[in-house]
Amino acid sequence: MLSITCAGFGGQGVLTAGLILAHISMIEGKRITWVPSYGSEMRGGTASCRLRIGDSEILNPFFTTMGALVAMNHDAVTRFEHSVVKNGLVISNSTMVKDHAFRGDIRVVEVPATDIAASLKNPRGANITMLGATIAATRLFPVETFADGIDAYFAKKGRNNPLNRECFLRGAAAVAEV
Amino acid sequence: MVEKRIPQLLVEDNKFCPGCGHGNINRVVAEVLEEMGLADTTVGSLAVGCACLMMDTFGVDWIQAPHGRAAAVGVGVKRVRPECCVFTYQGDGDSLAIGLSETLYAAIRNENITAIIVNNGIFGMTGGQMAPTTLSGQRTTTSPKGRDVSITGQPLNIVNQCRQLPIGYLARGSVASAKDINKLKKYIRAAFETQMSGGGYSLVEVLSPCPTNWKMSLEKSLEHIENDVKPIYPLGEFIKKGEKTDA
Amino acid sequence: MPLQLMKGNHALSEAAVRAGCRFFGGYPITPQSEIPEYLSARLPQSGGIFLQAESELAGINMVYGAAAAGFRAMTSSSGPGFSLLQEGISYIASAELPAVIVDVQRYGSGLGDISQAQSDYFQATKGGGHGDYKCIVFAPASVQESADLVVEAFDKAEEYRNPCIILSDASIAQMVEPVLLPEERGIDPDKAWAVRGKHGGEFKRVTSTMYYIEDFDAYIKNKYDTMAHNEQRWESVHTEDADVVLVAYGISSRICKEAVSEARAQGIRLGLIRPITLWPFPVNAFSGLEHVKAFMTVELSALPRLDEDVKLACEMRVPVRHFLGGVSIPDSSVITEAAIAILKEQR
Repeated sequence: MLSITCAGFGGQGVLTAGLILAHISMIEGKRITWVPSYGSEMRGGTASCRLRIGDSEILNPFFTTMGALVAMNHDAVTRFEHSVVKNGLVISNSTMVKDHAFRGDIRVVEVPATDIAASLKNPRGANITMLGATIAATRLFPVETFADGIDAYFAKKGRNNPLNRECFLRGAAAVAEV
Repeated sequence: MVEKRIPQLLVEDNKFCPGCGHGNINRVVAEVLEEMGLADTTVGSLAVGCACLMMDTFGVDWIQAPHGRAAAVGVGVKRVRPECCVFTYQGDGDSLAIGLSETLYAAIRNENITAIIVNNGIFGMTGGQMAPTTLSGQRTTTSPKGRDVSITGQPLNIVNQCRQLPIGYLARGSVASAKDINKLKKYIRAAFETQMSGGGYSLVEVLSPCPTNWKMSLEKSLEHIENDVKPIYPLGEFIKKGEKTDA
Repeated sequence: MPLQLMKGNHALSEAAVRAGCRFFGGYPITPQSEIPEYLSARLPQSGGIFLQAESELAGINMVYGAAAAGFRAMTSSSGPGFSLLQEGISYIASAELPAVIVDVQRYGSGLGDISQAQSDYFQATKGGGHGDYKCIVFAPASVQESADLVVEAFDKAEEYRNPCIILSDASIAQMVEPVLLPEERGIDPDKAWAVRGKHGGEFKRVTSTMYYIEDFDAYIKNKYDTMAHNEQRWESVHTEDADVVLVAYGISSRICKEAVSEARAQGIRLGLIRPITLWPFPVNAFSGLEHVKAFMTVELSALPRLDEDVKLACEMRVPVRHFLGGVSIPDSSVITEAAIAILKEQR
């Protein structure tokens, strides 16, 4: 079972990124839970959601330590980096998180997601770019499978946008480059 | 003069005190419902107070709501069964004190129901306490020296409250005389006609005597309505077919 | 019907419509607002009525009216608003009408806070309103159960002609999980008791049934005794050989279940009773557990509530301890530690 926190500014699409990850995981036969940041957790303008993805029944949807952190902004890093388990993973949006000294006992993947999305003329796709990095780094699913899942997810919502797939693939490719 | 037949809807003698105005109002409502052919499809909503005594003697389907909530209950029925004729029948304490919010919001949403509000200036069932409609200076068991409006605020005039709302029909009648009763019947008929034609919320306030709690004879009670109550609560039709009248 | 990803509140709302709910009257309050929001769009699609009431008082009484007219009707609220519903719930119970009331619990008395909690236990299970009545109280522990139990609640409400309560909490309501939604059902509003005009028959009076039933005390006691006997639901996890049995419902029960498997992995015989109905409390779950050394209730509240029912269920023969988590949700390891401490105390 993998515990993941997605965090960033409200409006960066962190809740949506988590929901897409949850949705495609479900389609691919995984058990999942997703909880949004809520109540007093929401103070300070940072939004976050917590996912658990696994192969058997997921009991507690909450967790205090996580295997992976998807950090869309600097506040997300300062708030959650210490909760990542040893040898855990941080996907950091390096467009927003600069000059940060990460812990030495975790794996950090830096992806300029906001820049990539902007260069693809899909500025709202930074969260999808981060998902690309997340899938490539965690190897939860094959990249192509998940890319198809993203297309299907948006098609079902009637918001088909081929740029989302492109953002996703560029995010995934960024991990390979690291 | 021919004695009019008692409406079949009045299945038993009413249980109100001697001289109480509810008996006349019950009869007028029963006549109108029968004449309009609504006896079989009407659902009434009562709450708490003397009005409830009609639940066993007035033969339509009834729901008894919590005190003050008759309008909300009536709305629940009408919204799921729009083909039914739905009316509330409440005293002034019930509908205008504890239930003012439900009463006014039914009007604000222009719910397609009919509200009959009996204004006798006191809480009757509980023994004659001050009601929202109690006149300034009127003695009640909770205003023994007369209602002091500097403490209680002014009497509540529901017609004035509803006059600015986009509702279908609004009138105030009385049962203080045979002439008043004849007019009241026209108002109540107009109110039910408004509902059955989909014309929106209709409200008829009725000035009514409570000789028992007023501690007056019936004759004195009717004089009191004529001389003291009507000047504060004038009769007439104030909204007809959604249009304000000159009354 | 494939699995869908849904929020607890949304799954509950969709399942209500599929169970034949055709009326909702309610008022916004966090963390239940997704229910009126969802139903405001969904009910009109199925010929139902959504009405935003001017208050919870009006909302529950609209439900009273729609239920009296024979339609499956529902309202939902949370904490402060749930208090306002109690008058109407008592009237609906007294008139012996079906209705479903959802309380998505939040923390604290008074205004409190919107975070998850389980503090409304007494209000839901012991009759929050006045007089002699009970409601069947269902406590979902997942998004799936939020959907399944609302269907059950409508069916049981109609079977017994009595209001049923869904006692959810902010966690179950806000979390997202895969859910298999129930099949859509038809509606059946023209029941013999429904007010819709007398149509040539006897006129009906919907009010306290005590006015029309002989030997009402015995009648109503029998009604609630029957419900208490027939409607207990629970899930037992490893109670058969447990030294300490946790008792928890809703979100707490999931953390407890995790604690049970963690403890078992360490060789500690922990078990769990998860009440699915809180009233009737599943006292039957406690029979045959003479080997249990102690019970520990786990509740997200500042004061113990559930532990009173556990003490009654085990007839005080075994120590009953409580573990309270208020605003913050405890980690399962903390619960395991507390259970181990109780076990040591018993040795």
